Amino acid sequence: MAKKYHITTTVNGDEYEYLCEAQQTLLDVLRDELQLAGTKEGCATGDCGACTVTVDGTMVCACLVLAVETDGAKVDTIEGMANGNELHPLQRSFLELNGSQCGICTPGILIAARELLKRNPDPTETEIRYWLAGNLCRCTGYDKIIRSVQAAAKEMRGA
Amino acid sequence: MAQAHPILENSGFNPDKKLKIVGSSPIKHDGLDKVTGRAKFGADMFLPGMLVGKILRSPHAHAIIKSIDISAAEKLPGVKAVICRDDFPEIKAGSADGDMTRNAMAREKALYDGHPVAAVAATSESVAKAALKLIKVEYEVLPHVIDPVEAMQPDAPILHDYLRTKGVKGADKPTNVVERYELGMGDVEAGFKEADVIVEREFDTKPMHQGYIEPQGCVAATTEDGQIELWCSTQAPWVYRDRLSNILKIETAKIRIQQSEMGGGFGGKTGFYPEPIAIQLSRKAKRPVKIALTRNEVFRATGPVSGTKSRIKIGCKKDGTITAAEAELIFQTGPFTGSAFTNAPQAMFTRYALKNVKTVSYEVVSNRPKVNSFRAPCVPQVVFGVEGVIEELARKIGMDPIDFRLKNAATEGYKTIYGDVFGPIGFVETLQAAKKCDHYKSPVPAGQGRGTAAGFWFNRGGETTGTLNIGIDGSVTLILGTTDVAGSRISISMMAAEELGIPVDKVRAVMADTHSLGFNRVTAGSRTTFSTGMVIIDSARKAITELCKRAAGIWGVSPDAVTFEDGFCKPAGANVGSFEPLSIAQIAAKTMATHGAIAGHSEMNVTGAGPGFGLHIVDVAVDKETGRVDIKRYTVVEDAGKAIHRLQVEGQFQGGAVQGIGWALNEEYCYGKDGRMENPSFLDYRMPVASDVPMIDTEIVEVPNPRHPYGLRGVGEVPVVPTMAAIANAIGQCIGVRPQSLPMSPPKILKLIDDHKAKNGG
Ligand code: FES
Ligand code: FES
Repeated sequence: MAKKYHITTTVNGDEYEYLCEAQQTLLDVLRDELQLAGTKEGCATGDCGACTVTVDGTMVCACLVLAVETDGAKVDTIEGMANGNELHPLQRSFLELNGSQCGICTPGILIAARELLKRNPDPTETEIRYWLAGNLCRCTGYDKIIRSVQAAAKEMRGA
Repeated sequence: MAQAHPILENSGFNPDKKLKIVGSSPIKHDGLDKVTGRAKFGADMFLPGMLVGKILRSPHAHAIIKSIDISAAEKLPGVKAVICRDDFPEIKAGSADGDMTRNAMAREKALYDGHPVAAVAATSESVAKAALKLIKVEYEVLPHVIDPVEAMQPDAPILHDYLRTKGVKGADKPTNVVERYELGMGDVEAGFKEADVIVEREFDTKPMHQGYIEPQGCVAATTEDGQIELWCSTQAPWVYRDRLSNILKIETAKIRIQQSEMGGGFGGKTGFYPEPIAIQLSRKAKRPVKIALTRNEVFRATGPVSGTKSRIKIGCKKDGTITAAEAELIFQTGPFTGSAFTNAPQAMFTRYALKNVKTVSYEVVSNRPKVNSFRAPCVPQVVFGVEGVIEELARKIGMDPIDFRLKNAATEGYKTIYGDVFGPIGFVETLQAAKKCDHYKSPVPAGQGRGTAAGFWFNRGGETTGTLNIGIDGSVTLILGTTDVAGSRISISMMAAEELGIPVDKVRAVMADTHSLGFNRVTAGSRTTFSTGMVIIDSARKAITELCKRAAGIWGVSPDAVTFEDGFCKPAGANVGSFEPLSIAQIAAKTMATHGAIAGHSEMNVTGAGPGFGLHIVDVAVDKETGRVDIKRYTVVEDAGKAIHRLQVEGQFQGGAVQGIGWALNEEYCYGKDGRMENPSFLDYRMPVASDVPMIDTEIVEVPNPRHPYGLRGVGEVPVVPTMAAIANAIGQCIGVRPQSLPMSPPKILKLIDDHKAKNGG
C-alpha cells in the first residue's frame, strides 16, 4: 500500500479530513475522496480549466495542485458558489443567456469569471476573453459565455 | 406494408397558428444543475465498492500480438480483475460486430497507437496503474501506414488480409481500400462542353478531433445472475446496448444503460470505447468498475474525423449557370470501416440545382484510431473544396459570389443526386438574408479579406419513442430516450406545453434508461428535437384525446362533443349543453374516479425531416510576417425551419462555427515516423479559446418544414459545414491565393504568401 497522508482542508466553509497518497491531486481528492464532483476533469494537464477552483483565494487548476499542498488551506469550488438558495449573479446570467450548453465547462468557467469580476468589476470584452482563455468550451463558441459574464458584471456593479 | 403513422402523413402544421411558447427562450430546466455543479456526467457516478479500471494500450501503430501474460498483474494486492482479448467472445473478423469487438480490445493485431490490449480493475488508481506495468505483451512490430494515399498504393502494408474492395468487380487481392463508391447524374462530359469557364483544384484536410471536453466515462455493475447496469456518457444508449449485446453475447433485457449528462459529443459518442471493457472487468471482479478516459486516451483512441484528399472540378457558363461538376474523394477511416463517407458525394454539391454530376469516392483503412462521426459526417471536409471552386468561378466571371449561388440555388421540386425530391426549402431565402445582413452590406475593412461559403445537410428522422404523463395536479412529465446534447429537453418540453396549452414550467423531462422505453436511434444528424419532438407532440395529442373522453364522461356527453383549446376541454358547440370548461388539472384531479392515469405514448420511425441550408460570411486579417490568421468578424445565416428555442439555435450556430474555426486554422493529428500521435494533449492539439474568436453573429431564417407540426428542420450539423471554406476564401482575398490544405496554420500560410510573391516576381 502506498503511504498515505492525513490532510485537513476547509472546502466551501466546511472542514474535511481525509487520507491521500502523495501523487493525488486536489482534483482527484475533491472528486474521488470527497465526492464533490462539480469540479470536472477535462485533461488533468492544466490545459482546459474544467477543474478551476480557488485555494486560499488564488485561482488554480485543481489538477495541477497536489492534495497534500492544500493541508490547512481554504478551497472553494462550484458547490459553494450559490449562497443557499440564492444563485450568484453569474449563475443566473449563465442560465438566462444560455451561457452553458452541455455544461461540462460551466463550473470552471463560473469560478474563473467570479475571480475576474472580483478583481475587475467592469472588464472589456477583450479582458474577459483573455481572462477566460484558459477555460476551453467546445459547445458555445464562447459568444454566450462572454455575454453572460458581461450581464452579470453589469448587474453586480448595479449599473 | 405497415401503415404510416397519421402525424407523419399530416403534421397539422399551421403557419397562422399563434404560438405562445415555441419561439421564445425560457431557461432550460436542466440548467440549474449545470451552473451549480450538481449535474452528473459520465465520471460523476460513485457506487459502493467501486473499483478503478485502467486500460493498457498498444505503443505500436501496427503489430501482431504474439502473447499477453497477465499473471503478475493479477497477483498484485488490490487488483481484482485483469482482462484481455481472451475475455471477449470470438467473433469473425471483417463483420460489423467483429470490427466492433476488435476496436474495443485488440485481438490478432494492434492496429493503431493507443489500441486497447488489456485492462485492470483495482481498489485504487495507483494500484491499477502499477498493475498495467506488470502486464507483459509480446509484439511483432509490422510496417504501418498513416496516409490514406500511401495506404492505397500496391506495396502498402496491408491491415487486414481479408479485405477486398467493395464496388470493384473482380477485386481479389488484399487491399486497404474498403470501398469504391460512384454516384452521379446526367452527362458530365456534355456538361463540361457547355461550360465557358472550368475550375479544377485539389484539396486535402487532416483528421481533427470532436474535442468534447468530457472524456468518455462510465461505471459498470453486474449482478450474480448476469444483469448489467451501465452508466455512461453517450449519444446512443440503445445502440450501445444492442451492440454490447452482440459483442458480449448478453441478451438486451439484461443490459440496462442509463445515460449520464453528456459533456459534449458532436458525433464522437455514437460508438462505445471503455464501456465493454468496464462491463467485462466488472463481471470478472464482481464489483462495480469505473473507467474515465484520460485526455491522452481520448486523442489516441477515440474520435477523430476522417482526413481527406479531393479533386473537384466545376464548370459554368458566362451567365453563371453551372453546367457540370465532378469530384474524386478519398476518405481515411482508421483501421475499420465506418466513416459514413457516402454522405459526402450525396451532400457536397446539393444546394445547387445541378443536372450533370459525377463523383467517385474511396474509403481507406490506415493505422490510426477508427474515425467517428462529427457534425455532418464527412461533408465539411469536401465542402471546403467545393465552395472554394464556387467562389473562384464567381470571381472569374465577375459575379458576386452570393448572386452566383442564387443563380444556381436548388428550390422545391429539385431531384437530388441521392434520389429525394426537395419539398419546401430555404436556400434562396438564406442567401437573400445573407445579402441583406449588415455584415455583407458593410465594406470590407482595409487590409482584410472577406469570404463566404454555403452548406447543406439532409437532417434526419428515424426510430424514436417517448412518453408523456399527466400528474394528478395537471403538471406533466416527459420520458425521453434521445440524448440531450444541447438543450433538446427544454425544446421538447416547450412543444409539449404548446400542445397542451400549459406553461412550460409545468413540464419536466427526464432521460430514460434503456429498460424504460423502446429503441431510440442515436442522437445525431440533427434528428433529436425534430424526431423526439414529433413523438412527444403525438403523445400530447393522444393524451388530449383521452382528456376529452374523460371530460365527456364527467359531463355525460359523447367524446366527439368535446374539443380541446388552450389547455381546456370545452363543449364543441352550443347544442352540447352548457358546461364550464375543464382544465387539464381539473380533469387530472378526477382520474381516480374516471379510468386512472392519463398519458400519451408514441413510437415511430420518423420521416419528413426538412433539409437545412446555411451561408457563412467571414472577415479575416492575415499577419504577412507570421502567417497568423485573425478572425475579425463572423456571421452565420441559416434556415432553422422554426427556431423552437431561439437562444439554443443561436448557440448551435455559434458553437459549430467556432469548431470550424479550429478545424480551419489549427487542429490536426500529427504523427511521427513511428506511427505515434505526437500531439495528444490540449496543449499541442490546439482548439480555439475565448481570445481566439470574435462574437459570432447569427441570422435565423425560418422557412418552415410543413412535415413537422411547428415547421422545424434541425440545426446541429449545417453550422460547421461551410466554415473552413468561408475562412479559406477570406484568406484568399487577403493574400491573393486561396489555401487548398487544412489546417491553414501560420507556416502553411506563410509559405503560400512567399510562393505567391515569388511567382509574381516578388
Ligand atoms: S482538468 Fe485541470 S485544466 Fe483540464
Ligand atoms: S458548454 Fe459544453 S464545453 Fe462548454
